[in-house]
Amino acid sequence: MSELTIDTQIEAISPRQLAWIRFKRHRLAMVSGCFLILIYLVAGLCEFVTPYGTETRNVQAINAPPMSIHFVDNDGSFHLRPFVYGYDMHINDDTWMREYTENPEKRYPIYFLARGESYELWNLIESDLHLFTTRDGYIHLFGTDQLGRDVFSRVFYGARVSLSIGIVGVMLTLFFGVLIGGLAGYLGGLVDRAVQRVIEVLQSMPTLPLWMALSAALPVYWSPIAVYFGITIILSLFGWPALARQVRGRFLALREEDFVVSARLLGAGKMRIIFKHMLPSFTSHVIATATLAVPGMILGETALSFLGIGLRPPVVSWGVLMQQAQNYQVIVMTPWLLIPGLFVVLTVMAFNLLGDGLRDAVDPYSTGGQN
Amino acid sequence: MSEALLEVTGLSKHFDGVAAVDNVSFSLQSSETLGIVGESGSGKTTLARCILRAMDPDEGMVRFNGNNGWCELQALTESELVPLRQEMQMVFQDPFSSLNPRMTVQEILEEPLIIHEIGDKNSRREAVLDILSRVQLDADALTRFPHAFSGGQRQRIGIARALILRPKLVVCDESVSALDVSVQAQIINLLEDLQEELGLTYLFVAHDLSVVHHICDRILVMYHGRVVEEGPVDEVFNNPQEDYTKLLLSAIPSPDPDVPLNPMDRKSLNLTS
Amino acid sequence: MTDNVLEIRDLAVEFKTDTGITHALRDVSFDVPRGKVTAVVGESGSGKSVTANCIMRIIQPPGKIVSGDMMFSPTRTDPYDIVSLDNKDPRLVDLRGDLISMVFQEPMTALSPVYTVGNQVAEAILCHRDVTEEEAWEEAADMLTRVGIDDVPRRIHQYPFEFSGGMRQRVVIAMALVCNPEVLICDEPTTALDVTIQAEILTLIRDLQQELSNSVLFITHDLGVVAQLADQVVVMYQGRVLEIGTVRQVLKEPLHPYTRGLLAAIPGIVPKGQRLETIASVVGDSDIETAYPLTRLKDGREVSLSPEALREIDNE
Repeated sequence: MSELTIDTQIEAISPRQLAWIRFKRHRLAMVSGCFLILIYLVAGLCEFVTPYGTETRNVQAINAPPMSIHFVDNDGSFHLRPFVYGYDMHINDDTWMREYTENPEKRYPIYFLARGESYELWNLIESDLHLFTTRDGYIHLFGTDQLGRDVFSRVFYGARVSLSIGIVGVMLTLFFGVLIGGLAGYLGGLVDRAVQRVIEVLQSMPTLPLWMALSAALPVYWSPIAVYFGITIILSLFGWPALARQVRGRFLALREEDFVVSARLLGAGKMRIIFKHMLPSFTSHVIATATLAVPGMILGETALSFLGIGLRPPVVSWGVLMQQAQNYQVIVMTPWLLIPGLFVVLTVMAFNLLGDGLRDAVDPYSTGGQN
Repeated sequence: MSEALLEVTGLSKHFDGVAAVDNVSFSLQSSETLGIVGESGSGKTTLARCILRAMDPDEGMVRFNGNNGWCELQALTESELVPLRQEMQMVFQDPFSSLNPRMTVQEILEEPLIIHEIGDKNSRREAVLDILSRVQLDADALTRFPHAFSGGQRQRIGIARALILRPKLVVCDESVSALDVSVQAQIINLLEDLQEELGLTYLFVAHDLSVVHHICDRILVMYHGRVVEEGPVDEVFNNPQEDYTKLLLSAIPSPDPDVPLNPMDRKSLNLTS
Repeated sequence: MTDNVLEIRDLAVEFKTDTGITHALRDVSFDVPRGKVTAVVGESGSGKSVTANCIMRIIQPPGKIVSGDMMFSPTRTDPYDIVSLDNKDPRLVDLRGDLISMVFQEPMTALSPVYTVGNQVAEAILCHRDVTEEEAWEEAADMLTRVGIDDVPRRIHQYPFEFSGGMRQRVVIAMALVCNPEVLICDEPTTALDVTIQAEILTLIRDLQQELSNSVLFITHDLGVVAQLADQVVVMYQGRVLEIGTVRQVLKEPLHPYTRGLLAAIPGIVPKGQRLETIASVVGDSDIETAYPLTRLKDGREVSLSPEALREIDNE
């Protein structure tokens, strides 16, 4: 009878592999995941990826528009090495604004893995190797700002700060959330009730004014690094209650699960029950939840910096960049300064889609990703 | 004459002031199968869990005749209880939730031995293979996770986990009620075979009277937390003394179309639902 | 008008899963005679619930009816094939709840927790019939009395959580019967209930069926329930019909080895101390996995057996 033979259709795959199979079917989440890996890689290696540093100014190009990459020159001949055209600047007689046009005479070929501006990668490795740059002339794929700084370079330097705040903030959130939630769930009783009340109070406060008050309290003489950590801690201070509440709920539910009761009846110790039976059952959930919490952190940083009370120049973050694009003049005259905003939107969306995909994949009762 | 293995005296457990188990006393002889029957809310599962100290009863005494003589389970601390856990085990109702989905069958079956620090890696593997063949599963099951098995196979794994420590007492909490009839018959046969081979004593908690009738020597009928009737299974089934037992027995639909169902009227028996 | 309210022919349902296509139903054919109780019996995975969902046309993706037809011949309207109905066909609205209604296993999920019991039963009437609200409530109260709920004037204004499991299932039955459906489908209606409550509900369904004389399709895994309730029995296994006959034919002289195994595996029939028969031990070498077409025998029953096995039966 079929009852005694093991179903050969289902291989000996682990729940983790099962989740991965389900996740792979979630196409949007897969694309988002790849996008995020790419952008984190770029942000991590931004000195190498970008042609210029954050403060390098090109006085020949103030508020210049993005350049386009060409393969075919004005004579119609094809070049395997792509190139950009330099700007010709003239002042508009009516508006007194600088206006730029591409000059076909100034042809700057793009060299890959070439020597350029020297930098220190992660303040450690000295190098002058860039992913791409030009030998003579200049290249501004996203245009320049009002001081002639390359927006492309600044976006990715900003990515490093904004994206790492998201991750570090969520790590702190996870730490506090799992620790406090776990303790509340495990100890129960008075501790549980106290934690619950604290969570309720914290969650009932409007976050933005509180963030503002706390970040305004950061001393102005603090170094950019100290401010950076200050902001991260402030952001995670209001992130942990939601997570702690979830962890506590899962803990309480798991404690009554048959397989946990069974481990107890086998004589397993408390540590074994927690680490061998309970924690593995909700790490995947916690990871999915954490992924969904990252965009909140990134948006928090952006909001604070945008309002001018988060990170401040010379630190470059997406929020700082967007603060510079705060007036409507920008939208009309130099819309390329809004490019950092586009990156915020893309990243936040990618995190949300990835988090959704992960949550569906680890939920044993889901039917898997749609589409 | 076999000796007593378990003695329960005046056991009570309350939830929010309502008695789930109310002053229950009985004793269990070695190698016998005692059935605890009742409907939902009768307190049979709570009673089973109190005996194994999965829950702490409010009142009463549970005495267990272990390898080191009689001891009173309620008086022991959790850590004093650990060695005794080898001698009493439980088989759960739901074959899907009682196995950790993130452990392979090998890990699930080995865990009891690791907890009680029995044997080394090789001897543990031998023990696992031995118990696996006793519950009639193939050795290639070891590397698989519970989700790859059918309900009946999972229940075999659950039984193997309970028996690998060679306990004296096994509490079966509705262990066959979630299974299909044909699978149920296989598991019942397996439980009976293992009892004979290993000299087990069963405390068999169930709501299905025909299963209980088949497998048990003696039964306790529970109603609203109390034991209303107790006795050898044939006596209780053929000549029930209490109204509730009569009602329960009259409600079993017979698979013979010529034996019509004629349940007694609950109201005429003065029993509330 | 035929004697069968429902004639199911060659119904096949497939479910697309990770590992490929699962054939939930394979060439299922049986009749539901008018005014009788037909029991569909089988274990999990036999396709008995899928069959019921097909009749109500509530098969959800990834499940799909791939072939077959279900000729429905109600007394109130012209006969039509349920399978061929378009999803937007107005006849589907009449079909669900009015002409055919269903009682599920879990009484709590079938009832909304936020409306009173009376409200929900009256709603079922208002959905399908052109009556005033007072009339609907009057009928609801009448129906609730008939399903054995005491003190209806008070209970009708209570919420489902104030009822016990058995009482809730009575309310669900009242909801299902209040429009006087031609077919009542009961999908394991007593499986979640205690045995004493089950006996009460079975007696209730039996009495109401005799009183209202509608056709009942009763889906269950419990042969005891089948014996007590059914006129006609359909035995299913792995999406196929193995045997059809009257309750005495199927339960007292089963022809198919699987049916024999199922009967033998019930503990109550085997005396204490003796090993239980399992399906495997009864079936032995007999082939129950191969699909043979249903063959009608002289006494009116149908069975899916190999030609050799059929010849043996003929000789006896």
